[in-house]
Amino acid sequence: MARMTMIEAIRDAHTLAMEADDDVVVMGEDVGYFGGVFRCTAGLQKRFGVQRCFDTPISELGIVGTAVGMAAFGLKPVVEIQFADYMYPAYDQIVSEAARLRYRSAGEFTCPMVVRMPTGGGIFGAQTHSQSPEALFTHVAGLKTVVPSNPQDAKGLLLAAINDPDPVIFLEPKRLYNGPFDGHFDRPSQSWGKHPLGEVETGYYETPLGTANIVREGSAATLLAYGTMVHVALAAVEESGVDVEVIDLRTLLPLDLETIAESVSRTGRCIVLHEATLTSGYGAEVTALIQGECFYSLEAPVLRVAGWDTPYPHAQEWDYFPGPERVKRAIATVMEG
Amino acid sequence: MAARKTTKKSEVSPEEMLSYYRDMLLIRRFEEKAGQLYGMGLIGGFCHLYIGQEAVVVGLEAAAEEGDKRITSYRDHGHMLACGMDPKGVMAELTGREGGYSKGKGGSMHMFSKEKNFYGGHGIVGAQVPLGAGLAFADRYKENGRVTFTYFGDGAANQGQVYESFNMAALWKLPVIFVIENNQYAMGTSQKRSTSTDEIHKRGEPFGIPGEMVDGMDVISVKEAGERAVAHCRKGDGPYILEIKTYRYRGHSMSDPAKYRTREEVQKMREERDPIEQVRAKLLSGKSITEDKLKEIDKEIKEIVNASAEFAKESPEPAVEELWTDIYATEIPQEVN
Repeated sequence: MARMTMIEAIRDAHTLAMEADDDVVVMGEDVGYFGGVFRCTAGLQKRFGVQRCFDTPISELGIVGTAVGMAAFGLKPVVEIQFADYMYPAYDQIVSEAARLRYRSAGEFTCPMVVRMPTGGGIFGAQTHSQSPEALFTHVAGLKTVVPSNPQDAKGLLLAAINDPDPVIFLEPKRLYNGPFDGHFDRPSQSWGKHPLGEVETGYYETPLGTANIVREGSAATLLAYGTMVHVALAAVEESGVDVEVIDLRTLLPLDLETIAESVSRTGRCIVLHEATLTSGYGAEVTALIQGECFYSLEAPVLRVAGWDTPYPHAQEWDYFPGPERVKRAIATVMEG
Repeated sequence: MAARKTTKKSEVSPEEMLSYYRDMLLIRRFEEKAGQLYGMGLIGGFCHLYIGQEAVVVGLEAAAEEGDKRITSYRDHGHMLACGMDPKGVMAELTGREGGYSKGKGGSMHMFSKEKNFYGGHGIVGAQVPLGAGLAFADRYKENGRVTFTYFGDGAANQGQVYESFNMAALWKLPVIFVIENNQYAMGTSQKRSTSTDEIHKRGEPFGIPGEMVDGMDVISVKEAGERAVAHCRKGDGPYILEIKTYRYRGHSMSDPAKYRTREEVQKMREERDPIEQVRAKLLSGKSITEDKLKEIDKEIKEIVNASAEFAKESPEPAVEELWTDIYATEIPQEVN
């Protein structure tokens, strides 16, 4: 075991994947010489050479398109899009090419590619550096979507994603890079240095895609979260004094519906959390699945706590962000139902 | 057919000339048949015929070697036939049958062949261009000496991702030939009405990519230009642009009212510049090829095309279960009702 931040864990995953397979190449804006805007790829170019870790022009559509071509001929590109908000120009290539290559060639060609993007808010990035676009990916057949919430998972999930034969969108909650964040913006920042999940296994391991993790067992209700909201959920549960189960979804597609359904059937109450805007957000999908799987066990309507349906704000970031107070209110509401 | 090679530039033997004739005629007759099947309602949706442009792919395939790659847009039937894919599999994909190259999942615009290094078949204008750069990146990475023919039209030449690809290909000296099949109409918009220049190949100059304009109605000119481009790429000098001036006789797709050009313009091109007639006249002006020999070839082609149409009619429609395969390497279960 070794102490790592999420950044170091992600860097470690890159290093191990590149050691294990010469076909793994790392590309993106500033990833090579500079080592990545968040330092996730620092040192890789020096260690593996400019052929295997290289800077690209600021051309998101072109970068992803080039990576699709590389993947079609057997390389395993790991692409960094500097912020998830910069992904929109590349969306055409992600949807029309990466996600669909296997299907429309009837399995002849595939796209084993990972596109990593820092996601989410909490850093005063305002509209164009804070968004959570995960639902735009889970809506697309052919893509897998992963959102880790801690260093240990980030490493194992990234190694699984790189080794996966299909394109994986890997969303890294940027507010969690250096430490857990429970939504209490007015308290001092925490670091991974003292957190149990900052203790990361050394060496190569994979955390299988499609397995959720029960991070707190409970019997009164089930809170479903991913990314930063896992930490918000845990704080809100402790402060509420209600015995709520908290599940970290970890991968949104494939989704571990079995673990979710087992929990909700047992507790009879459920709240889904995400930072992304509410309407047509991923929570709507999960809610629909739960009513299908657990309808006769439900004691109360399934609630959602999410970002408001507004552009991501600057000044009012903490009014927008679904922090522990809002989650606690939802817990009270769901318990009344 | 892809591996055909001439020993000396500009020396084209009667046998080679005859094979170009044969290959171009196959494309034309195949496309005529596809048009008929479309009219009979056996092909639905989109169908973009290559009639008039045959010399482009046949000339460039004559310059290609075993292992070289090709990738193109949605007007792709000619490319597939020219690189030696089975007309039966192509026609059956048009009719959406199990025996089609993509088992009926792709349709006219989306077909692939690993065996022939044909990377599709792409329905989004310009989206294949960065993929072509990526394929060339993979070739350079593997140091295998191969080149990639990346075809796109004069319409796609106004897409931003083309220039992102030019920049990356020049920056990384990728062995990619950007082939602009300039048939002078982006659907119904003439080049004059859509494009700031009448010399699109010069748009590579600011990136340091050499380019040339080629007479796309003359298969030998195309072949020779292809050889220059291939030699440039194989030497490690980076990308090359061929703007091949060509002309499509039919509409953009099957539902084209053809109001954007005169009947006379099309007629004049057919009568004076037809690529197949030009080769036919050359063959007959020599001593070695007789009218009877050409008739024999015509008959042989007719049989191949008829057999492909028969196959495309008789091949069964894909089972509905096929809808859910080839989305991921391992199927993600979903509820079907």
